[in-house]
Amino acid sequence: MKNVLQLTLFEQIQAIRGGDVEKEKILEAYRKQIRDHDSELRAYITLNKNLMAAQDGLLEGAPLAIKDNMCTKGLKTTCASKILANYVPPYDATVVRRLKEAGGFVLGKTNMDEFAMGSSTENSAFFPSRNPWDTARVPGGSSGGSAVAVASREAVAALGSDTGGSVRCPASFCGTVGLKPTYGLLSRYGLVAFGNSLEQIGPLTRDVRDCALVMNIIAGNDEMDGTSLEVAKENYLAYLEKGVKGFKVGVPRDFFGEGTDEGVKEQVWKCVHILEGLGATWSECDLPTLNYALPTYYLTAMSEASSNLARYDGIRYGVRQEDEGLDWTASYSRTRGKGFGPEVKRRIILGTFALSAGYYEGYYLKALKVRTLIRRDFERLFKQFDVLVGPTTPTTAFRLGEKVDDPIAMYQTDIDTVPMNLANIPALSLPCGFVGGLPVGLQIMAPPLAEGMIFTVARRIEEELGLDLRPPL
Amino acid sequence: MESLKIVSKERTKRLAWLAKIELTEEENDSITIQLNRILESFKDLDKVDLKGVEPTYHAINVTNIMREDKVTPCLKKDEALANGSKVKDSFFVAPKIV
Repeated sequence: MKNVLQLTLFEQIQAIRGGDVEKEKILEAYRKQIRDHDSELRAYITLNKNLMAAQDGLLEGAPLAIKDNMCTKGLKTTCASKILANYVPPYDATVVRRLKEAGGFVLGKTNMDEFAMGSSTENSAFFPSRNPWDTARVPGGSSGGSAVAVASREAVAALGSDTGGSVRCPASFCGTVGLKPTYGLLSRYGLVAFGNSLEQIGPLTRDVRDCALVMNIIAGNDEMDGTSLEVAKENYLAYLEKGVKGFKVGVPRDFFGEGTDEGVKEQVWKCVHILEGLGATWSECDLPTLNYALPTYYLTAMSEASSNLARYDGIRYGVRQEDEGLDWTASYSRTRGKGFGPEVKRRIILGTFALSAGYYEGYYLKALKVRTLIRRDFERLFKQFDVLVGPTTPTTAFRLGEKVDDPIAMYQTDIDTVPMNLANIPALSLPCGFVGGLPVGLQIMAPPLAEGMIFTVARRIEEELGLDLRPPL
Repeated sequence: MESLKIVSKERTKRLAWLAKIELTEEENDSITIQLNRILESFKDLDKVDLKGVEPTYHAINVTNIMREDKVTPCLKKDEALANGSKVKDSFFVAPKIV
């Protein structure tokens, strides 16, 4: 049998059931991998030191990594922020509870950009994470730690959250599969809110089958989240067996514009031709609103953030600064001034501006209207096509420090991922090749709730490519 | 010289007060510069014809969900207070408000 760390989640479950390996041995192997490599890669903020309780159920004690913005009962949840550095949730997020009930084991909580605001995991208040393919480079963000953990075999699978690409970008940079599901398919109960009309939790996994398996467990309505959809539960694994013959694939030209790396384009086109070889048809199309997606996204997300983050007062939970003799306003302002990092402050203040009297119509309301046009643009394309494909990010992973002092350059990283959150469509990033030794992500998009079709397309391409996705550790 | 056309240093101060975030003078200055740069880069939105376009407030049509007002298990008092920065006699201690 191969090294247990190289088994996918699906293979690991089969190996345990077949009596080839014990689940405790697997957990031990993952903990050793973390000891050997995480002092350099820094995927984790907090490790769960507990012994594995009797983990019965489908997942057979699978060691999982959870982004540090999802509540885990009794295990610190910091959002990579100083203001929550001491927060121990008294309850589990619904997705975490579902994984535990299915026999999953939370191995630890992963690093991220503070409050999920960033595209490189450099905005963590604690330390940056490093890309296992080249440790001088970023893993992407904001779910960087989760992607690093899965790629470097420090977890068998992970959860991230995606407000504007925060699952797909790190999946693309680190060579893992990452899915942003349709809004409302997963419960957000216990996910720390940032841009609540945009974000969804999503899996980061070694392959497409593992992604479908995790979705089978965590998807579904939850009475604790009023925005979770009441839709029939699907078996996503069934879609992995289907073919793509007759599928109509759209390739929006706008995804291949200025700023998109030639090598990235080449890898993406290779996948289009793979689909053609399997009996799908394709044609190029236009998505003109892509040009407006970034400002629309940032104005919406920052405005929502300014409201969502008002709850951090250091009184009921979180770190409170010394406030002897200060009144409420001064105490609250000091706790937040010292507790939030630069990007979080920038976004809250910009969001406050976009929502303020005299500017609301020109900024926030305008963004909401453009959001309508972006949604319509996708609706038009999905009348012609079953799925759309393009790059997940315009380039491969960039160097640490390269963009961290230039917010506008950093925001550009999200150009190809934010439209899907605005239009509320599911999108998956699939490793599709390498440029200069760094992974490239293919983005596959479908209409709302058509995750199954995405899995079919992704699985067929993955099978044809047969890539070796083990980073050189 | 950086353009401070959209947001002045004084306006940043006012916004920080509204958002209840204490900023140092240096922070206030650098955020002002960044805000102007970022808002300048968002100018493209002014080119879009939005006549008659309805805003999208949310990803899906959200409606109120009603349920019976039944007592169900919830956090125990000590669990709810466990993360409080100052707690006294089952209360969170807040700074002076009025």
